[in-house]
Amino acid sequence: MSNDPFQSWEDPQATPLIRFENVTKRFGDFTAVDNLTLDIYEKEFFALLGASGCGKTTLMRMLAGFEQPTEGRIILGGQDIAPIPVNKRDINMMFQSYALFPHLTVADNIAFGLKRSDMPASEIAGRVEEMLKMVQLSQFAKRKPHQISGGQRQRVALARSLAKNPKVLLLDEPLAALDKKLRQETQFELMDIQEKLGTTFMIVTHDQEEAMTVASRVAVMNAGIIKQIATPDAIYERPNSTYVADFIGEVNLITGKIASGTEKSCKIAWEGGTITAQPREKLAKGTEVRFAIRPEKVAISAKKPAATNAVQGKVHDIAYLGNISTYHVQTETGQIIKAQLANAQRLSRRSFTWEDSVWLSWTDTAGIVLTE
Amino acid sequence: MKRFTLFNATSLTLGFAFLYVPILILIVYSFNSSRLVTVWAGFSTKWYGTLFNNEQFLDAALVTLKVGLASSCIATVLGTIAALVMVRGGKFKGRTLFSGMIYAPLVMPEVITGLSLLLLFIAIGIDRGVLTIVLAHATFSMCYVSVVVSSRLVSFDESLEEAALDLGCTPFDAFKSVTLPIIAPAVISGWLLAFTLSLDDLVIASFTTGPSATTLPIKIYSAVRLGVSPEINALSTLLIGAVTIGVVAASLATKRAAVHRKRQEEMARQAEG
Repeated sequence: MSNDPFQSWEDPQATPLIRFENVTKRFGDFTAVDNLTLDIYEKEFFALLGASGCGKTTLMRMLAGFEQPTEGRIILGGQDIAPIPVNKRDINMMFQSYALFPHLTVADNIAFGLKRSDMPASEIAGRVEEMLKMVQLSQFAKRKPHQISGGQRQRVALARSLAKNPKVLLLDEPLAALDKKLRQETQFELMDIQEKLGTTFMIVTHDQEEAMTVASRVAVMNAGIIKQIATPDAIYERPNSTYVADFIGEVNLITGKIASGTEKSCKIAWEGGTITAQPREKLAKGTEVRFAIRPEKVAISAKKPAATNAVQGKVHDIAYLGNISTYHVQTETGQIIKAQLANAQRLSRRSFTWEDSVWLSWTDTAGIVLTE
Repeated sequence: MKRFTLFNATSLTLGFAFLYVPILILIVYSFNSSRLVTVWAGFSTKWYGTLFNNEQFLDAALVTLKVGLASSCIATVLGTIAALVMVRGGKFKGRTLFSGMIYAPLVMPEVITGLSLLLLFIAIGIDRGVLTIVLAHATFSMCYVSVVVSSRLVSFDESLEEAALDLGCTPFDAFKSVTLPIIAPAVISGWLLAFTLSLDDLVIASFTTGPSATTLPIKIYSAVRLGVSPEINALSTLLIGAVTIGVVAASLATKRAAVHRKRQEEMARQAEG
């Protein structure tokens, strides 16, 4: 969503809707969330991405009110929400299991929260109707949850959690139970609904593709701390650490030392030669660095190219994925570097095969220099 | 499919005979016109008639019903609360001890339970009667309810309750409008179990009863000591009939609900595919 005019996090004047201030959560000896500070702005679609056990669900449950922070404060709309119990918070959650009430019909599930709000009873039916229409389930209003399909249940859960028009909607792995095709369709539906309503969405997921697709900003979490918060493209193109680079997508990591460098350009000496790259800051000579480059930014050719960085090797393995192929090329020093090519031609006309001697090359702006 | 061998047939017949022949004899002899229990003198329903004119038996039946209803209701409430604490309470100090103590009455000899309750009632000076039997029955049947309800709670998705809280319920409202309707079948079968246990308990009731309250099992037992009368047979037959109807109705209802649900789930799957 880089062309989205709304980017509150870039505006120093903007006040965040949600602010985690030095929040720590411990369960006995285990620290699930470690001194974490995070701002989320109004109308954002914010994704918390991380492997299981990284603390992302705990963070979300603290916001919902199911857990209390051990230390620190959570501020919603300028107010510390610690004393507000879960049922009084203007936040709703969509559960991973959907948590639909099996003894109530679809319509009664959606009306459940409204009946416990200050909405006059006469308006509830209309609101339920509106929500059913939004998720295209009007004809299923009288069914029980076990009488509809998994995808439909997911939409009922969404409608139920949005019915009270909360300030924030929390989505806990909302699409994990759906199959891949349906998941992709639903991602776009979620984005449409979020855009239409303008509600702040916070999604917790371990699926990086999902986070990158739906979110305006992504926070990558590991072991209770946030490694990086950025837009999906920045997370992918400009990761700030080896962890993030490695966690998101595929990456080649080459360890080396700075041989020489200015603020604009540096040379990295590694066992297979020298790489010219653009660092984010001037790095002192001798600094240990990792050069990270995505496989699709590595070109592969039979003859030595004129590119700034080139290295020779042998095709060790080829992973054919249909639309693309990943070539695992072994350099003379034994390092494997992956290069991805789109399969624009049919497989039978593939230019390279196993044991071919090839050249890998990339420009000086293609990769990124990491010190962490 | 397994073959129906002679051995299988024999053991099946013998097994069922062992279980049901005594009951069958009892039922058959309740329709005996002779006063002597062991001599068949023709079909008659007169013992059912005298049974309904026997005030003592009717009183005892009423007491039993009262005790059963009151004690099973108390046991259901307490047992459900105990189950909730055991399953939901998380880890607290003494949890294992506490759960062990809930289930201990299941294996405690009834004589011990009865005797200890009797001593307690004497110590605190309660007059023995309907109230003490109710308390005693609630005490020992509570753990059965707790076992039944907690086995249902273990498979209960707690996010349902969290969702209710999230949507604005107070914890009590969440329990009342989400948890309770979902675990209701287990609570009801717990109640039925407690009621049945109370209905046929002899040992604990005879320890904790007083002169004013005689339950049906006590009455039957004391009547039988003076000789088995056909009236007792008639009464027992009625009890067997009531229990059979209850059990069959309950299992039919469960089965129909399961079949219905399965068919609907099948329809939902087909609609998706």
